[in-house]
Amino acid sequence: MMSHACKAKQFLANESRVDWHNRTLWLVRQKRDRVAAAVPEWEHLREQAASIKKEALANLDVYLEQLETEATRNGVTVLWAKDAGEFNRIILHIIQKHGVKNIVKSKSMLTEECGLNPFLHDRGIEVVDTDLGERIIQFRKETPSHIVLPAIHLKKEEIGETFHEKLNTEKGASDPTYLTQAARRHLREKFLAADMALTGVNFAVAETGTVVVCTNEGNADMGVHAAPVQVHCMGIEKIVPKQDDLGIFTRLLARNATGQAVTTYTSHYRKPKPGGAMYIVIVDNGRSNYLGHPKYSDSLKCIRCGGCMNTCPVYRRSGGHSYGYVIPGPIGSILAPQKEAQKYRDLPFASSLCGSCSNVCPVKIAIHEQLYFWRQDLTQQKRTSFLKRFSMKVAGFLLSENTRYNLTGILVRWALRYLPHGLLYLPFNAWGRGRELPVPPRQSFKQWYEGRKKTKN
Amino acid sequence: MQSNDKKMKQHKIGLFVPCYIDMFYPRVGIATLELLEKLGQEVGYPPEQTCCGQPLANSGSEQEALATYRNFVRNFRDFDYIVTPSGSCAYHVRRHYDILEQTEDVKKIRETTYELCEFLTDILQVDDLKIRFPHRVGIHNSCHGLRGLKLASASERMEPRYSKLRRLLEKAEGIEIVELDRNDECCGFGGTFSIFEPDVSVKMGKDRLDDHERNGVEIITAADMSCLMHLEGIIRRQKKNIQVRHIAEILNGHSL
Repeated sequence: MMSHACKAKQFLANESRVDWHNRTLWLVRQKRDRVAAAVPEWEHLREQAASIKKEALANLDVYLEQLETEATRNGVTVLWAKDAGEFNRIILHIIQKHGVKNIVKSKSMLTEECGLNPFLHDRGIEVVDTDLGERIIQFRKETPSHIVLPAIHLKKEEIGETFHEKLNTEKGASDPTYLTQAARRHLREKFLAADMALTGVNFAVAETGTVVVCTNEGNADMGVHAAPVQVHCMGIEKIVPKQDDLGIFTRLLARNATGQAVTTYTSHYRKPKPGGAMYIVIVDNGRSNYLGHPKYSDSLKCIRCGGCMNTCPVYRRSGGHSYGYVIPGPIGSILAPQKEAQKYRDLPFASSLCGSCSNVCPVKIAIHEQLYFWRQDLTQQKRTSFLKRFSMKVAGFLLSENTRYNLTGILVRWALRYLPHGLLYLPFNAWGRGRELPVPPRQSFKQWYEGRKKTKN
Repeated sequence: MQSNDKKMKQHKIGLFVPCYIDMFYPRVGIATLELLEKLGQEVGYPPEQTCCGQPLANSGSEQEALATYRNFVRNFRDFDYIVTPSGSCAYHVRRHYDILEQTEDVKKIRETTYELCEFLTDILQVDDLKIRFPHRVGIHNSCHGLRGLKLASASERMEPRYSKLRRLLEKAEGIEIVELDRNDECCGFGGTFSIFEPDVSVKMGKDRLDDHERNGVEIITAADMSCLMHLEGIIRRQKKNIQVRHIAEILNGHSL
């Protein structure tokens, strides 16, 4: 797999596009700042949300069983999937059992994570993504570049072209209202024809057996209301213990994600419609490996607001696809190595460790600290490049003792002063690609200090 | 330059001059030393000091940094305070020396290592430096100082606004502190991030510089020379008409 740095370089090749991407996401961050500032108890809400999640994760077994009991009492079928394969087979089984022909799906990062769409496609079953952004990238056979704004990497002109091709809109038309209405008409047919609706889950309330789905387009509701069979897919970490807890999270989620006070639709699904069927599929897929983990368990608190992406100075300039994992940005960079450390070994290094993500996070995950811990672990597991590990070993040798350190300084200053520019700026000098090296001073501080001491004496 | 009229309490300070400042920017170490001495402090410079180990640890090689950590501890165990003109190094000692055995020396060092500005505002409580700096200055809030040491309020957090750097700089006669569009975005240095992700790193730096330029900044200052080294590298490559100065140089009364 190409490294983050290589893919970032490709994205950066079109600088005006990067500037636009950066500006657009920064606007979302600014909107978030304004609405968060309007809530006097904002920092307190974050504290509360973090501690509720921490407690929920500490007693997850109890809450999951409570959810199952309550949901079953409400007439819901609860199914458990150990991993992505089992999850996909369960969905296929439900499809076959109900003789489902047409499936609509509202946004679910979990189904992306498990590769549900390609799995069903291979078996001749098509799923229509109904979130506008998701539908756009589905048309284009791309993956989401952001978990809340999946098509944020695209400009409206590109979407116009895609719609011209797929929905027969006017060639060259890029007016957002015009395009949205075309999508709306197209999706309306899909909703009416659907006999099964799939959704993700934002929160599952253990106490009531309810699943809660937040959308801005109402597409989850359109699907669920029209189709006789509804299936809600959730990771085990989506639990909130009580109905009363929910308000804390819904207040944080929309504000932190998009700068809205609340999502347009916050839908509570409790029981099947008359004559219909309702399923909740609870998926582990590796999450439980990190429950109670001394360093990484906090990552399971994530409520998928995407706030860390919007604020991340690297993400805004490298684009979501540079991460190569279903969840990009800072949170993705600590979740990906949990799944496959070898494959995603460079992601924890795709950060300047500025810490903005941790400050933005509504459930107070110290994301930048986990990035730091992953760097240590991946290095110790010898997953990072030999050259990097070797050069750090050498640097450790040189920096740990005065004489060696001083000689290094003398040598480096000599090289900067006397080596020809062409030699100093050979391609292996990554610093020199966009920057000049420092102008070497005549002497180091240490040498100056020695001199001063002598003069004083 | 005098500080307050009342005499300031004298502390025994160990001056830590970070490796890249020692090697490339001795003037910043000199300014820090002179400033602390002018403020009546007893400043020692342990001559066997090298580096805090951060470059290795942030690259994932914490274990390779242990010998360097121990050298730091050996050199700095006999002071009331350790002061350094780098937020990032001070943060590293405080936060990441937790992997050493927590002896009395290590615990004390982690508690008494200060970045220069916070030492001036929190310990010495300096409130007048009697300096003149008639320039348009942009403050670059380096990340580890900002979010790690809380040298200023971070824009992500909904809490009262303050800045220790600004509080000190405001005392300079004639200074104009320029408001930026993005007050605390990372410059993209990030230690070895600058080497392993050079394209993103340089783009972040260019964007930071554009913000300062757009708002008419003459001089960019910061509590971390590493960010300024990166920004200066881009300034010189692109032949931009803007300068960088470590805050110690300004507070020590250097003119341009």
